[in-house]
Amino acid sequence: MEFLERFAVPNPSLAIYASMVAIGLTLIAIIAGLTYFKKWGYLWREWLTTVDHKRIGIMYLISALIMLFRGGVDAIMMRAQLAVPDNKLLDAQHYNEIFTTHGVIMLIFMAMPFIFAFMNFLVPLQIGARDVAFPRLNALSFWLFFFGAMLFNISFVVGGSPDAGWTSYFPLAGNEFSPSVGTNYYMIAIQISGLGSLMTGINMITTILKMRAPGMTLMKMPMFTWATLVTNLIIVTVFPVLTVALVMGTMDRLFGTNFFSSTNGGMDMLWANLFWVWGHPEVYILILPAFGLYSEIISTFAGRNLYGYKSMVASMVIISGLSCVVWAHHFFTMGQGALANSFFSITTMMISVPTGVKIFNWLFTMWRGKIRFTVPMLYSIGFIPLFVLGGVTGVMLAMSAADYQYHNTMFLVAHFHNTIIPGVVFAMLAGLTFYWPKMFGFMLNERIGKWTFWLLTVGFCLAFLPMYVTGLDGQARRMYTYSAAAGFSTLNMVSFVGAMIMAVGFVLIVYNVYHSVRYAPRNIGADPWDARSLEWATHTPVPEYNFAVQPHVASSQAFWDAKKNGHVLFPGKVEKIHMPNNSGVPFIMSAIFFVWGFSMIFSLWIPAIISTIAIFACMAHRSFEKDHGRYISVAEIEETETKLRGAN
Amino acid sequence: MKIDHSLPLEYSTKQNGLNIFGFWVFLAAEIMLFATLFTSYFTLEHRVGGGPSGTEIFEITPVLMETLILLTSSFTIGLGVHAMRIGNKKAMTAFFVITLLLGLGFLGLEIDEFITYIHEGATLQTSAFTAILMLTLGTHGAHVTFGLFWGSAILMQLKKRGLTKETANKSFIFSLYWHFLDVVWIFIFSFIYLKGMM
Repeated sequence: MEFLERFAVPNPSLAIYASMVAIGLTLIAIIAGLTYFKKWGYLWREWLTTVDHKRIGIMYLISALIMLFRGGVDAIMMRAQLAVPDNKLLDAQHYNEIFTTHGVIMLIFMAMPFIFAFMNFLVPLQIGARDVAFPRLNALSFWLFFFGAMLFNISFVVGGSPDAGWTSYFPLAGNEFSPSVGTNYYMIAIQISGLGSLMTGINMITTILKMRAPGMTLMKMPMFTWATLVTNLIIVTVFPVLTVALVMGTMDRLFGTNFFSSTNGGMDMLWANLFWVWGHPEVYILILPAFGLYSEIISTFAGRNLYGYKSMVASMVIISGLSCVVWAHHFFTMGQGALANSFFSITTMMISVPTGVKIFNWLFTMWRGKIRFTVPMLYSIGFIPLFVLGGVTGVMLAMSAADYQYHNTMFLVAHFHNTIIPGVVFAMLAGLTFYWPKMFGFMLNERIGKWTFWLLTVGFCLAFLPMYVTGLDGQARRMYTYSAAAGFSTLNMVSFVGAMIMAVGFVLIVYNVYHSVRYAPRNIGADPWDARSLEWATHTPVPEYNFAVQPHVASSQAFWDAKKNGHVLFPGKVEKIHMPNNSGVPFIMSAIFFVWGFSMIFSLWIPAIISTIAIFACMAHRSFEKDHGRYISVAEIEETETKLRGAN
Repeated sequence: MKIDHSLPLEYSTKQNGLNIFGFWVFLAAEIMLFATLFTSYFTLEHRVGGGPSGTEIFEITPVLMETLILLTSSFTIGLGVHAMRIGNKKAMTAFFVITLLLGLGFLGLEIDEFITYIHEGATLQTSAFTAILMLTLGTHGAHVTFGLFWGSAILMQLKKRGLTKETANKSFIFSLYWHFLDVVWIFIFSFIYLKGMM
């Protein structure tokens, strides 16, 4: 029994027991459903072992949506707790756990897979490649992310959630002040999925730099591909920093070292610095692909070339450089002195310049265009003013002297939600709607989509703009309650109403998927939006080899040129195509990583050692394996092509 | 797979070229990893708590031997890759075996060094300085250990399958990895040991 006690949740409540039951029932339902419909073989052959970048992209997408709802429930609980003063809905401990998991899940297990979904699905199509450079590694990236996410999520019901905030500052995150295993979950689960992100970074950089279609020079790449390239350069630069920081944090908690402790020479500020050396570029890792998606969508629906292509690229590169030298603005108040604060203050303000360039480029792209107000375009247009508001408050926060007033208040919370929601979440939803037909062969309902957009926008404004006011009035972030005398009551209630409206918006997305699966027409062709870049030049659904003939490119809008200006996109003839084989090893290896992580979290050394050996065995297997891939014959390709042309 | 005979064997297919390029990007990430460790080391170097400092525990003789052994192994793997380029499998195998043996010797000395530190009262838990010292050295040592297994796996494949475009590719990538570990060690030698002993 003593052995089992360590897995108990330290602060159980009705909600946690209910989630245990819900997780149990869901698992039983999934297993029973798969067995009843005899889908185990299909699941294994077509999805769990796949190395196809499109399927991996779709799996990222599904995971991101599921995590969006998990993080969303956390958000609703927080807003409900703060809706009225002196609320007893949650106690302080649960509130701590919820804001911690909300942050980690939304950033690392929702936004990251969401951008990886688009990168995976789109980049090989946009550059006219068969797949990414290392398809097997790509599958491993996904499964590491997936099992990392699952590991983090079970913390809620096994052993207790992390409760030291998503930044997990030491010494709060040390054993003394966070004695439960929750923070171990944080350290290990993020480590596992972070390895996956790093591998994606290597994979995408190699793919983009080495596998572009003939004629596609760097300055003729679609803007989303550029954004992906810059983003992955940041990933490769900063994720190793996180790896080291997490290793140190893990060692402090599990092996009693003194990296971040308050005794024996330990330095807690080292964690804060290392964390933000990764953490600040991380927000640009999220926003740059979003900018890429907006660029694609705005130029498509304005019916014009993207304005200022070169300045778009230059501003992304400048942003990526600056993003690595601004990290200390997250802790201006923690005493690094006036000189350091001034430096980081100025670099932070400088980022607003290239960002402003991008905003004007989008506006000029729309200028005198024939704008079609589709759902993706609505998100893109809504993004511009809302994101500018978030950017302006960001410049306010960047002034280190003034930051002493804003630091750790709801003003900050309002600011970063104001950039992340209209910036990243709107872009993801716009991209989801825009690329849905390419992924699944039918369009999402526009009417429901427009309702969703307006609900989310109105809900967002109601939920977050009041926080600017309460923050300036002194409401601290991460406080689980406040008294009526503080005067925050009305605005917090408004926030709660806004959050509920957003919740309705997100539920409508699910309804939209259901409705469109049932009723949307399937005969939409390969190019339903009259779009401009290569991904629309192949069939819908996209065949596994992407393009029967490798495309030749002469501009950044190759498909548009082919449609309007007589550019010959596919000059060659069909040849046999080399494709990689499926493999179960990435899935199995990541599952072993899950066991390894779980054992480390609970200090179960024997299973930890066995699973470590098993992980290396998987790598050895890969080394000795003879896998030369397979060929798709010309006859097969022509059969598929005829069928797909007929379907259109 | 198309084979381009104008290029060396390890670059001869498209996938081979991709593998090598991808590995360079991976090495960039590794540089960031070690850069973070070095930065943390410089930050925590003098925070010894009640424990010993670098001047008290570092000894030049074993460190110098480790350095010589590792630098020699970088030279021998270079000879191995040269032998591979001229298609001399036997010489290549011999140089790779020597490289791995030198790596093993390095690792033995490093383990001995760690044991000495622990006997002198500088354990992982003693202070921030000892923790970051052992983490930095340990990360490098773990890389060498991994390299020994990886190199052995490649040697086995070389023996069984001969010098093919796959084994040549793997051997070349392994040599990049090994040279990289050597470069890291030069930094460890200069900025941890020599600086610490001054």
